[in-house]
Amino acid sequence: MAKNEPKPIDGLTYEEAFAELETIVAALETGDRPLEESMTLFERGQALTKRCAELLDKAELKVQVLVGESLEDFKENP
Amino acid sequence: MEQLSLFDASPRWTVTDLTRHLRQLLEGDTVLQGVWVQGEISNLSRPSSGHIYFTLKDSSASLRCVMWKTEAVRLRVGLQDGMAIEVHGNLGIYEIAGQYQLYADSLRPLGEGALFQEFLRLKAMLEADGLFDVTRKRLIPNSPRRIGIVTSPTGAALRDMLNTLRRRMPLADVTLAPVPVQGDEAPLAIQAALRNLNRIIVPDVILLARGGGSIEDLWAFNDERVVRAVSESQVPVITGVGHETDFTLADFAADLRAPTPTAAAELASSITVMELRQTLEELARILGGSMGVLFERQHNLLEGFQSGLRFYSPIRRVQTERQRLDELNRRGNTTQAYRLELTAARLKGLENRLTALSPLAVLQRGYAVVTKNKRIVTSKAQVQDGDALRVRLRDGEFDARVSGDG
Repeated sequence: MAKNEPKPIDGLTYEEAFAELETIVAALETGDRPLEESMTLFERGQALTKRCAELLDKAELKVQVLVGESLEDFKENP
Repeated sequence: MEQLSLFDASPRWTVTDLTRHLRQLLEGDTVLQGVWVQGEISNLSRPSSGHIYFTLKDSSASLRCVMWKTEAVRLRVGLQDGMAIEVHGNLGIYEIAGQYQLYADSLRPLGEGALFQEFLRLKAMLEADGLFDVTRKRLIPNSPRRIGIVTSPTGAALRDMLNTLRRRMPLADVTLAPVPVQGDEAPLAIQAALRNLNRIIVPDVILLARGGGSIEDLWAFNDERVVRAVSESQVPVITGVGHETDFTLADFAADLRAPTPTAAAELASSITVMELRQTLEELARILGGSMGVLFERQHNLLEGFQSGLRFYSPIRRVQTERQRLDELNRRGNTTQAYRLELTAARLKGLENRLTALSPLAVLQRGYAVVTKNKRIVTSKAQVQDGDALRVRLRDGEFDARVSGDG
């Protein structure tokens, strides 16, 4: 995890957000961080939780079709 | 009429004995038991008894066949005259009619049998090549996000799989490599689709699927090119071809075989979005809890600091000094009296100590002091019979005389 340059949360995939959240929770659980760092981690953890929940709520199966070497959106027959 | 010798040694049979003998010959011949016989159905008859009678014939011979009701009810195929079939059963003789016939226990359309032979031949060959080795099987990821699907773009199989994935794992990205799933072009197209997904997309898992159909319909999935492409795929492949009872060679080569397309999609989403949500909620709970613990710890720490601060605070010292001052003031007013009191107490103490040391104090408790010629008698040896003594008690003195020295 790139701790120095945390990625903007809006750009994270579910996997990325969840993995970082897991790391943060583990770090907070050991409880050996200074208070201020812990607060920062906690706030980021909350934002990540929100991001993950949003991604789950909004998730919509993406279906593309491989035509030759390129991908196109797939229109399903109704 | 020809004259027969009276002494003709040829054996004589009854019809029954002869027929029974023939029957034993036929039924004892293992070659004629458990045989497959190919031919065309004619004279098909299905009386109400439930048994099936027909004649199996080809261009130059015919064979009576019977299938008893117990086997007939298990038939999946509809029979009709002219149909080319393969019949399995034992040869025997119907004694009453003097007729040998095939007692059938199962039958199938002729093409199926030939295809099945081909299936077994291919299976043995590919198995020998190690394509079905368990050690070749790749692990299916628990929660694949990028899923490749090789199937017909118009079939029910695709619809079933997409619906299943939509319900269980809508986070997934699906890439469909559309192919015909039956017919002559199918094997090459499927092979190409598997290779393209591996080369261009590299998904986490590939579903190779087709809805149910006859053995001919599913045949592309027994094609050597398809089976080899499945085996060569770097991406794990889950097959879901036909129905539960259908097994194709692609199934054997796959890393995981699902009984149906829907089941294949389920296996590709073994962790569902519901489970992800639960895990997320759990993590959020721990996150909140960890902060609670942290705050409590900080709170305790702060309290410790606070009581430390209070202890060392100058305010506390000021207060202490003020209290002392108060006391000094209060005491200042009574110093004189206090001193006198103290002196008095000390005098009383001294007196008590003196009193305790005084021999008079001993007399207070009932003891006596005995003197002889002004000297204290402390031993029996100091006195003799008739000596005059002086005895002192608590409240006065008197004279006494020793009578007898005990």
